[in-house]
Amino acid sequence: MYFDFVGHRKWWYLLSLIILLPGLIALAINRPPLNFGIDFIGGNILEIRFEQPVPVEKLREALGEMDLGHVSIQAAGDQNFLIRTKELDRDKVNQVIGALQRLGQAEVVRVDHVGAVIGYELIVKTVIALAITLAMMILYITIRYAGEYLAGISAIASLLYDVLVVVGFFALFRWEVDSTFLAALLTVVGYAVHDTLIIFGRVKENLHLVKKEGFAEVVNKSINQTLRRSINTVVTVVLVLLSLFFLGGESTRNLVLAMLIGTVFGCYSSIFNASQLWVDLHLLFREQEKEVARPAKAKAR
Amino acid sequence: MSRGRPALKLALFLLLVLLLVGIGLPFLLKHMRLGLDLRGGVHVLLQAQSTPEHTVTPEDMAALERVMRQRVDQLGIAEPLIQREGSDRLIIELAGVSNPEEAISMIGKTALLEFKTADGQVVVTGRDLKDARAQINPQTQQPEIHLKFNPEGTKKFADITKKLSETYPMGSPQRHIGIYLDGQLLTNPHVNGPIPDGNAVITGFTDFKEASKIAALLRGGALPVPVQIAEQRVVGPTLGADSLAKSKQAAMVGLILVALFMLAMYRLPGVVAIFSLGVYALIVLSVLWALKATFTLPGIAGLLLSVGMAVDANILIYERLREELHWGKTLKAAIDSAFQHSIPIIFDCNSNSILAAMILYWLGSGAVRGFALNLGLGVATSFVTAISFTRFLLRLISDVPLFQDLRFYGVKLDPSLKPAKEGV
Repeated sequence: MYFDFVGHRKWWYLLSLIILLPGLIALAINRPPLNFGIDFIGGNILEIRFEQPVPVEKLREALGEMDLGHVSIQAAGDQNFLIRTKELDRDKVNQVIGALQRLGQAEVVRVDHVGAVIGYELIVKTVIALAITLAMMILYITIRYAGEYLAGISAIASLLYDVLVVVGFFALFRWEVDSTFLAALLTVVGYAVHDTLIIFGRVKENLHLVKKEGFAEVVNKSINQTLRRSINTVVTVVLVLLSLFFLGGESTRNLVLAMLIGTVFGCYSSIFNASQLWVDLHLLFREQEKEVARPAKAKAR
Repeated sequence: MSRGRPALKLALFLLLVLLLVGIGLPFLLKHMRLGLDLRGGVHVLLQAQSTPEHTVTPEDMAALERVMRQRVDQLGIAEPLIQREGSDRLIIELAGVSNPEEAISMIGKTALLEFKTADGQVVVTGRDLKDARAQINPQTQQPEIHLKFNPEGTKKFADITKKLSETYPMGSPQRHIGIYLDGQLLTNPHVNGPIPDGNAVITGFTDFKEASKIAALLRGGALPVPVQIAEQRVVGPTLGADSLAKSKQAAMVGLILVALFMLAMYRLPGVVAIFSLGVYALIVLSVLWALKATFTLPGIAGLLLSVGMAVDANILIYERLREELHWGKTLKAAIDSAFQHSIPIIFDCNSNSILAAMILYWLGSGAVRGFALNLGLGVATSFVTAISFTRFLLRLISDVPLFQDLRFYGVKLDPSLKPAKEGV
């Protein structure tokens, strides 16, 4: 099995764009761009479990009289309710709990309150963390690849693409973004680079062994040789993530979802973006330096 | 006999590993500290506030931490977690609290006790206290708090009571001392005469419970700076137990799926990978246990994810092994070569993952930190087990004549394939 990945790279770029575009459009159109949870914008979440089924209208009615601003009530079954409000003080929360308990025997499962200051810091931190991580990775790859900064740039561009895809999916489907989103993005970045490094490492090895083949050809061969690795390593992680997604706790579901998307598209991006970009950058900057004019187009064997 | 030796060595080694993992893992899992989200409890983030006159100092934070520790102890909560975050925040986590509302109201109280004269002059404060005890007055049946001042406070209190007694006649409103808690007047007793012994009594509480709560707050001391509750999360015990059960289930299924996948893909080396995972889990959990780390939902996710990543090292090595075998190397040479060529790549991959985890740990907070710690630790451990344990076991297996058949390594025994024409 030998597939010409590099030869079709214009199509891969197009495909990557098609994958990315809906998310980007959603980010541009939606206000706010992402569905920020209370971790970001501040507010209260109250989870309550009634002993008997209570119709959701009853809750809405009871809370409607309290002047809480916009209240979102999410029912999980007919006994469990998740109530989101703006930031409330303690007295108000107690009033809300009191009002709900008048509807029937109920247990307060969870009360979360987050101030808006914390949320703003989270956004700043996320951006800083991503920027530092990516910058250090470019540095790392450049050093490890004997000053081959084109490899570093290609890898990071592919990672940025991956991050954008994850953010885009969350924008498109309005999935809630909470404080663990930072964790998801950084993990995705840290993991997605594996696949890129596996391919790039093989390219480096092959370049040493074979001098007569063109760069594009070497990259294509390397992708083919490492394809099983790229897929299998991702499969194990995806298996774990899937079981966490379907069987794991409610509160980590969005974290897992973000990592799932990031892992799958990280693998995709390593093959179809990072490697292809390295070929193009190489042809653009390195081949000119050589006297031998080689036809720039990669050929399959 | 000489043929049997490697097999015996292998069997003994595997037995040892099985025993260690079989005993160690259940023990460690049982003794892991569970976070709030898994057993219910209260998480409060306190923000110390700077005023125009005073910016929050590290000393203030140390004092605040001390006061909080005492208050939490008064609530009788086992293993409270109190830690400073940044320069002006304090995280307080109380697991298994039966009455979260009471705990939070205790935490949020300033507990500033002031004795003021009629003209508003503060004469004695909570700082001058040595002790405060609540009791029921046997005569009136009313709850009251008995205060005992420290030497400095005793002197201040003696001076002011003496001064008031000498300056104003009996019954004069000027002869009263108002006792305020957090700016609220509790009682306004009349000073009958000088009090030189440093004892005072406060009355005016609704019930004994309230009196004893306030006494506890007074013993703990007032907050050195104003604080605000910036974040507060209460997890009921039902939700915690539910999350724990779900996590266990997800972990089991995830691990079994990964094990099956490795077996199907890599046969005998797949078995080695499963053993490596067992050892890996033992090491990671031991370190977490030694660090007194807490298991949280994101933490478990991070740990499981690191398992999925840990097998990656095995996959990279085995894929290389397949290639090396295809190129016609002998089993032993192929194993050595596979490790030699895979380790730099695995090192690069893991370095980048650990880098990301470190930055996450540095910038993240709370549960995100637990996730980062577990992930980083897991990745580092997986590297060590891959280059030591996996290599050792694979070599041990390749010494056993029975296991030298290349079919065990997922390679077809087709002589025409050897040497493969792949020129790399």
